[in-house]
Amino acid sequence: LAMSGAAAAQDAEARLVLNEETPMVTVADAPEHMADTGIRTIYSGWAFRTGTTQELQADDFINPAFLAVDEAIVAWDEVDGTAGESCANCHGDVEESMAGVRAVYPRWNEEAGELRTLAAQINNCRTEQMGAEPYKYDGSEMTAMEALISVQSRGMPVNVAIDGPVADIWEQGREMYYTRFGQLELSCANCHEQNYGNYIRADHLSQGQINGFPTYRLKQNALIQTQNRFRGCIRDTRAETYAVGSPEFDALELYVASRGNGLSVEGPAVRP
Amino acid sequence: MRHPAILAAGVAVFGTIVAADVVAPSSVVFGDYGAVEMSLSGQPGDPVSGLAVMETKGSGNCVACHQISTSEAAFQGNVGPPLDGVGGRWSTEELRGIVANAKMVFPDSVMPSFYRVDGYTRPGDAFTGKAAAGELDPLLTAQQIEDVVAYLATLTD
Ligand code: HEC
Ligand code: HEC
Ligand code: HEC
Repeated sequence: LAMSGAAAAQDAEARLVLNEETPMVTVADAPEHMADTGIRTIYSGWAFRTGTTQELQADDFINPAFLAVDEAIVAWDEVDGTAGESCANCHGDVEESMAGVRAVYPRWNEEAGELRTLAAQINNCRTEQMGAEPYKYDGSEMTAMEALISVQSRGMPVNVAIDGPVADIWEQGREMYYTRFGQLELSCANCHEQNYGNYIRADHLSQGQINGFPTYRLKQNALIQTQNRFRGCIRDTRAETYAVGSPEFDALELYVASRGNGLSVEGPAVRP
Repeated sequence: MRHPAILAAGVAVFGTIVAADVVAPSSVVFGDYGAVEMSLSGQPGDPVSGLAVMETKGSGNCVACHQISTSEAAFQGNVGPPLDGVGGRWSTEELRGIVANAKMVFPDSVMPSFYRVDGYTRPGDAFTGKAAAGELDPLLTAQQIEDVVAYLATLTD
């Protein structure tokens, strides 16, 4: 059964220009590590969406995610926790200190000797630096803060490192991507590598990229966290999922992020 | 070749008459090319019920992946080939094998095995995301498989 996903991406020709000034790379050559996947071209999830959804993402004034971004701007300055600190106390102006950060996460933290997703890093600052309660990993405060930090990298190419100390974790993530989970025995690759561009019932399958996360889902009226989306996809295979923030999902996030190396950071994107 | 005595024993053990005639998922015999000769339920299939199984989300939901011109289900997918004419391309026994366990006919297929209960990675409790509690039920019952096969057999053009 020959399926030409490349030809089927809904809107491969359309161009996303943010706020009429920042051109976004929604189509790019696949990174080298994908040479044996058969995928030559990577597409942002934006390319598979239609009219209004695409337009909502192109203009910050109508992108519904920006309500949350505004809330996070307030939280950024707010003192919280036993140390009497705020994000701003240490990091100053979010536009300066967080520019380029989202593009390289998840990444290795040398000092701690561990891989950190953006959410894990935010919570690490909250608990270790501020003496504050961690945000719920996929809760609304976390997705808002992730969105604010992501905004500072929009238009920059995703550039997640896959070698050195993270090589083994990346390999674990890759294995997960090809594991056929659950009673439906479907892997991420079955849907997002073999069948992107095709329809599964009403759903137009994308490549399952995460350069647009957190994404605002119109159906749920909420920002959706990357690993929350992973959990949904695995649950839909009639499988036992993993927990958000688990080492397994961190590995999977690293691997999936690396499949988007070269696309623009788009978060917070808009989805139906 | 069923002995009344054995049948009676089946009734006694399972408390239901159906159980004695149904081929359990683990006992299905596949031929060399994946065909299944025997009815799984011991009963003929009903094509009208079969179509309903195929169109219904939360049941067979075959239209998630396949188009059928004669079905009015909304949003028919195209991950698999259209099923028009499938009753002309495959025999009833072959169709039964494909629906029961497509992987016996198409190795590595993305099509789920609808009458199988083991060999899964992290099987869940339906769509809850939780681990399966105890033994799995097959995705479709023996009678539903027969109904679906009966409908597929009508798709001759
Ligand atoms: C008392 C100081 C302090 C506070 C308060 C603080 N951070 Fe941090 N932050 C750090 C340090 C130090 C690092 C360097 C990484 C590490 O070892 O944790 C860091 C790193 C980060 C990074 C990763 C940057 C990179 O380039 O990789 C992010 C994102 C971040 N912090 C977000 C936040 C947010 C959001 C808050 C508030 C909720 C916050 N931080 C509060 C000290 C702080
Ligand atoms: C049964 C099919 C199926 C499987 C298996 C599956 N997904 Fe998905 N996934 C979907 C559908 C449908 C959507 C929504 C439409 C789209 O963006 O593709 C989606 C969306 C996504 C998105 C959001 C993309 C965006 O741009 O908003 C990500 C990320 C994703 N999937 C990752 C994964 C990962 C990782 C796995 C494996 C753990 C996986 N998916 C397994 C069907 C699947
Ligand atoms: C997740 C996708 C998916 C679902 C759900 C699915 N199928 Fe399929 N089916 C396929 C694919 C893909 C093929 C092509 C065989 C292969 O994998 O190479 C196929 C092949 C078939 C064939 C053989 C078609 C031919 O022309 O040779 C039949 C018959 C069939 N499916 C029936 C069904 C029925 C009945 C159901 C529901 C009870 C169903 N399928 C559910 C994906 C699916």
